[in-house]
Amino acid sequence: MATAADTPRESFRLGMLIYDTRYRSITIQTIVVILAMAGVWWLYDNLMANLTALDKTPSFSFLWNRAGYDINQTLIPYTNDDTHLRAMLVGLVNTILVAVLGCVAATVVGVIVGVLRLSKNWLVARLMTVYVEGFRNVPVLLWILVIFAVLTEITPQPRDFKVTDEMIAAGEEPAASMILLDTVAITNRGTFVPAALYERSLGEIKIGFLPISLNTLAILAVIVGSILGYRAIKKHATAVQEATGIRPVTWWKSLLVLFGPIIVLLLALGFHLEIPTLGGFNFTGGILVSNALMALWLGLTLYTAAFIAEIVRAGIMAISKGQSEASFALGLRPGRTMSLIILPQALRVIIPPLISQYLNLTKNSSLAIAVSYMDLRGTLGGITLNQTGRELECMLILMLTYLALSLLISSGMNVYNNAVKLKER
Amino acid sequence: MKKSVFLGTLAASALLAGFASAATLDDVKARGELICGVNTGLTGFAAPDANGNWQGFDVAICKAVAAAVLGDASKVKYVPTTGETRFTALASGEIDMLARNTTWTFSRDADLKFTFTGVNYYDGQGFMVKKDLGVSSAKELDGATVCIQTGTTTELNLADFFKVNNMSYQPVAIQTNAEGEQQYLAGACDAYTTDASGLAATRAVFADPENHIILPEIISKEPLGPLVRHGDDQWADINRWVLNALIAAEEFGVTSANVEELSKGTENPEVNRILGTEGDLGAMIGLDKEWGKRAIAAEGNYGEIFAKYLGESTPIGLARGLNAQWTQGGLLYTPPFR
Repeated sequence: MATAADTPRESFRLGMLIYDTRYRSITIQTIVVILAMAGVWWLYDNLMANLTALDKTPSFSFLWNRAGYDINQTLIPYTNDDTHLRAMLVGLVNTILVAVLGCVAATVVGVIVGVLRLSKNWLVARLMTVYVEGFRNVPVLLWILVIFAVLTEITPQPRDFKVTDEMIAAGEEPAASMILLDTVAITNRGTFVPAALYERSLGEIKIGFLPISLNTLAILAVIVGSILGYRAIKKHATAVQEATGIRPVTWWKSLLVLFGPIIVLLLALGFHLEIPTLGGFNFTGGILVSNALMALWLGLTLYTAAFIAEIVRAGIMAISKGQSEASFALGLRPGRTMSLIILPQALRVIIPPLISQYLNLTKNSSLAIAVSYMDLRGTLGGITLNQTGRELECMLILMLTYLALSLLISSGMNVYNNAVKLKER
Repeated sequence: MKKSVFLGTLAASALLAGFASAATLDDVKARGELICGVNTGLTGFAAPDANGNWQGFDVAICKAVAAAVLGDASKVKYVPTTGETRFTALASGEIDMLARNTTWTFSRDADLKFTFTGVNYYDGQGFMVKKDLGVSSAKELDGATVCIQTGTTTELNLADFFKVNNMSYQPVAIQTNAEGEQQYLAGACDAYTTDASGLAATRAVFADPENHIILPEIISKEPLGPLVRHGDDQWADINRWVLNALIAAEEFGVTSANVEELSKGTENPEVNRILGTEGDLGAMIGLDKEWGKRAIAAEGNYGEIFAKYLGESTPIGLARGLNAQWTQGGLLYTPPFR
């Protein structure tokens, strides 16, 4: 019986690496990999040789030195006695803040604009076209600068809010006043909003460098619990309705479950608002949402939303017209057709390019430096770099951090994409 | 040092490009032009005039060096640098020297690998506020929003000052003096802080300088001076002695008006050595005999330059103060030309 083993085995010759198609591609790939690695090594060696000649051997020890400078927006505790590493983390948190705010807002605006641009209403559709083309075709840096200029130039200075005795005597009004029942002050430095304070604290826990108040955690837990409870009530009502045909009255239960626990918790914690008041040069108390953050957030949002709108429009137009016609035939109104039939299918087309937009927005947030928003680029890549003179090290850390951040975002979004994509069985 | 074509492809190589050759003097001579890093625009120190020609106290140093090295004070290319970009520009070799009111500090000298070639202005950090703010001392600035140029020593001094005095503040980091001016005038910050001379220069261009005051506190020592890269001692010597020549010229009464006449020979051997009529100091730093004469002729001696750009007859109106000759109670004191 003839088996494969019986055929005479051709002995391996070196020439086969090139002339034998079975091996050729592997040979070529190996050579290219070796060349690429050699190239990278050569660049690296060159860099090191040059740095040594400059007497500037790379070292990251500066990260543990005292930073010595102050940052105007710190979401995690920071003083100028902390290290450069800590300053970098403050910047990173600021970057993440503006990235998250921007992604959420850009998605909302983008979806609305994208849908409205397809509206049959001529005026609405044209207005949206103007918005999209206007924002998409002007560099985002310019939008950020324009918004920042508008915010700082047209809003009043904190001292315009001042009311002196002479002014009361003369019956004069201050040049500016707070809005929303005297709780929010819009100034040319930022918007001062009330801060949430608790009389009783449950303490705080530290996760790494980030201290988290247990109060906040408790409130989040109660809110999540309430929503789950609300869902359970609705599910139960639907089950009853399916079984008996009568939907039980649930609105008071829902209200109770949604708002009861949180109100009880807030009362128990002694929740109150700290309203900003004018003292000295600035408003004190409350939370300052700086104009830099506002300008950056608005600029990135409006710019990226224009792209997202186009992605959404493309996604919707990719759904065959038969789908909406079928939906109309079933008697669904246009709004429900959009939310129940079209958008869920369009998401499959929308999500992958949407991920790119999120990444773009996150990376574009490094334009923060233009409006003095202290993001990662501002702290590590700006002040730390300048004060220590460690350009290479700072830039490497900066690049790696943005890389890690982007990979995190895209892997998170890929999980979501897998959830909404067409399931083929 | 390894030379490479691909170096340029590596982002970091931007830092290193200038180090392929060590002799800056040869580069400058071959180029026929001195590349001088200056401020992006600070009236009195370095700012383009109405015709686009750079003028100012720091610019005059560049001109004097160009005159000494190239024989022509106009052969300077000015590269405006911000507080952030200046050191990278110098380290990378993009500029031959930096004359941008830069404070001489230990770490800049030792860690950033620069050589300060002297002090052309003894300064200190101050604060400017609007008069109607009703503040008369920097110690009253608790809670204020302060505009500060990023990448400067003033940034660290500011943090220290508020910390020591147990006060709080909101820093607003800005890139250039122009940006700081705009933010300060718009009221986005209560106070603007930088070197006192810079404040005076900034205030001079305001529409209403009388409505702004510079607070009396000087919170730091800021010896400002020109600097070059480490590793080229000859070039550093040229820069150092050109500056010294300008200062010594004032001490010995050599001005741009009489330098031509004095260079025919004087009674004072030191003046003769500076002007090249006696000895050959120029050869020791790789220049010709008349380097000192040309440097002084370019914009005049130190006193003339000061009077022209910063002095009391200018809108900036700075007094000599610490920047007077040692014979007048100031700190200017050059080593002997010998």
